[in-house]
Amino acid sequence: MPTANPAPHKEDQTAMVQLELTVRNHPGVMSHVCGLFSRRAYNMEGILCMPVQPGLSRMWLLVPEDDRLKQVVTQVSKLHDVLSVERRGAGSDDFQQLEAFFRQPAEAV
Amino acid sequence: MESGKGEKQSGASILVKLLERQGISMVAGIPGGANLPLYDALATSGIRHVLTRHEQGAGFIAQGMARVTGTPQVFLATSGPGATNTLTAIADAKLDSVPIICITGQVPSPMIGTDAFQEVDIYGMSLPVTKHNFLVRTTEELLEVVPEAFRIAASGRPGPVLIDVPKDVQAAQICVNQWPEPGQADPYPALDLEAIEQAAQMINEAERPVLYIGGGVSQSGAASAAMCLAMRSSIPVAQTLMGLGAIPRDHILDLGMLGMHGARFTNYILEECDLLISLGVRFDDRATGKVEQFCPDASIIHVDIDPGELDKIKTAHVGVTADAGEFLAALMPMVEAKARAGWLSRVAELKAEHPFRTPGARDPRSPYGLILEAAKRMGEKVNVATDVGQHQMRTAQVYPLTKPGQLLTSGGLGTMGFGLPAAIGAALADPDTPVLCVSGDGSLLMNIQELATAVEQRANVKILLMNNGGLGLVRQQQELFYDNNLFASEYTHCVDYVTIAKGFGMNAIDLAHASDPGAALEAAFATPGPCLIHAPIMEPENVYPMVPPGAANSDMIGGEHAHSEPCTA
Ligand SMILES: Cc1ncc(C[n+]2csc(CCOP(=O)(O)OP(=O)(O)O)c2C)c(N)n1
Repeated sequence: MPTANPAPHKEDQTAMVQLELTVRNHPGVMSHVCGLFSRRAYNMEGILCMPVQPGLSRMWLLVPEDDRLKQVVTQVSKLHDVLSVERRGAGSDDFQQLEAFFRQPAEAV
Repeated sequence: MESGKGEKQSGASILVKLLERQGISMVAGIPGGANLPLYDALATSGIRHVLTRHEQGAGFIAQGMARVTGTPQVFLATSGPGATNTLTAIADAKLDSVPIICITGQVPSPMIGTDAFQEVDIYGMSLPVTKHNFLVRTTEELLEVVPEAFRIAASGRPGPVLIDVPKDVQAAQICVNQWPEPGQADPYPALDLEAIEQAAQMINEAERPVLYIGGGVSQSGAASAAMCLAMRSSIPVAQTLMGLGAIPRDHILDLGMLGMHGARFTNYILEECDLLISLGVRFDDRATGKVEQFCPDASIIHVDIDPGELDKIKTAHVGVTADAGEFLAALMPMVEAKARAGWLSRVAELKAEHPFRTPGARDPRSPYGLILEAAKRMGEKVNVATDVGQHQMRTAQVYPLTKPGQLLTSGGLGTMGFGLPAAIGAALADPDTPVLCVSGDGSLLMNIQELATAVEQRANVKILLMNNGGLGLVRQQQELFYDNNLFASEYTHCVDYVTIAKGFGMNAIDLAHASDPGAALEAAFATPGPCLIHAPIMEPENVYPMVPPGAANSDMIGGEHAHSEPCTA
């Protein structure tokens, strides 16, 4: 059932930040990255991963910008299969653009 | 790269060759279906295999070896239950930063994911407790993965690595044309000289500095450099459980262990310091107590090889990602010689007002007295392993350690069952140094099967079993924090440990029947090979002082009354 007025995706007011990871592309790398977030009790709102060249993938993570972000970025950078971590600039709205796609099928049901 | 002979060989023999090239001369483990190819290759190699009675025992033996040699050590398990049995030892190594490599057999690749016999996803399960892990997908990959595993285990902050090797990968034959270079620790990161200058300035300007040193200092071999700093600038030194041994007990600047079971004066001195120089420590809650109230007036210098430790618990005024030894070498020329007469006399005053109390220190039938008597009879050339509980804390409080790394104890994970197998590993890796394993009846039972391993390997391990008929440290917490509601912390059934040890073929004595406990210890220690010394502890006695979990370090319970005798060690 579609709701008359879809609730905004982010219920709280925490600002979001987008991290861009370059990672070695192999079957375990997602577990390594996601596992780190869950065991450090750090939320991840969105994740997008695509191969960019043989052996390498790029991951975009949408995460809350709170006091622990710096610590989490340090921990992610320590992962063996993560080659680089960058913060995407404030203007990057890749996830917002995608949001429209994600909501569509649900509305259509 | 060294060129190989080029003839075909199995993944298993490649694996063994790679271990040999890493300088591995001994591994512990247990065979089973999924690692039989590896064992087949091991049989004809020069590597000594220590067959344990439980895979957790193998993991702790590898830890004991790694802790005394400082180099990565290897243990082996089969798939499924063998693999899951390794996890506690791996998690323990993660928290205490010990370089071990666990090689598990896995079901053949085509069967992975089918719930095959003895299949578990050990790659997934070990993810949060390893520094890194690998599931090897082809035999060729072994040539990359094995040296890489050693490099990762040894680099920066050391830690455990798991390599999961499917049986078909072990069995497949390939040609090796070139052998990879053995994996070695990466060079340390470049030093941030500006930060180090700032640290030196803070030290020179501080009035009441304290050094707070941990396992990172022992591991980096920087204990004597830390001592030089302490002496040059007249800085008292507090140690974490993992840092004990870095400074001799009787040294004027020694503050012993800080935190939950630290001496009163230690925690009070920390409370008054205006600069905390933190080297190779991670501000563990057992050390800091309620962190907001830890060293409330102090600026903080924090040096750690792991950047993830800086600003994790407490924000440092100066944080430096560096090896403790390299940091100290760069720092020292900038540190002014200082006498700090005022601060040191305040330190002496606090020591005199709040001395560390060791009731029964002169009675070898009481816990402190027994530990001190055993230490006296063992002499200085000894490694000391402990299990977890009251006996561990008492050992940490009073054992006259003389060198860094001499104490093998499960610090971060607090794993009962660590002591005996870790002691065996230490004794096998350094056969010239006997090992005293101080244990409790609860802990010993967790890996008691390794008595058989100790006997079989003739490991020179003396087990000092302080038997208080239950789970002493749990009992203590129930008494103090749960209205003395003692539940499930006392054994109502009495085990005859002397008979048990003898049943395993181990020498055993009972101090209950010894008219002169000191002489009995002396005789037991003088006999080469493993031995169990049963020491009944009659009265339940708490370990004091104690900071209640969650309280500030200044809120200690107990350990202040003068009816107890001061430490004579
Ligand atoms: C594997 C494991 N299980 C449970 C605990 C919780 N625990 C901490 S100390 C302790 C009692 C230890 O008893 P014992 O080894 O006899 O030593 P004591 O305190 O009596 O000296 C227990 C159960 C633990 N640390 N490790």
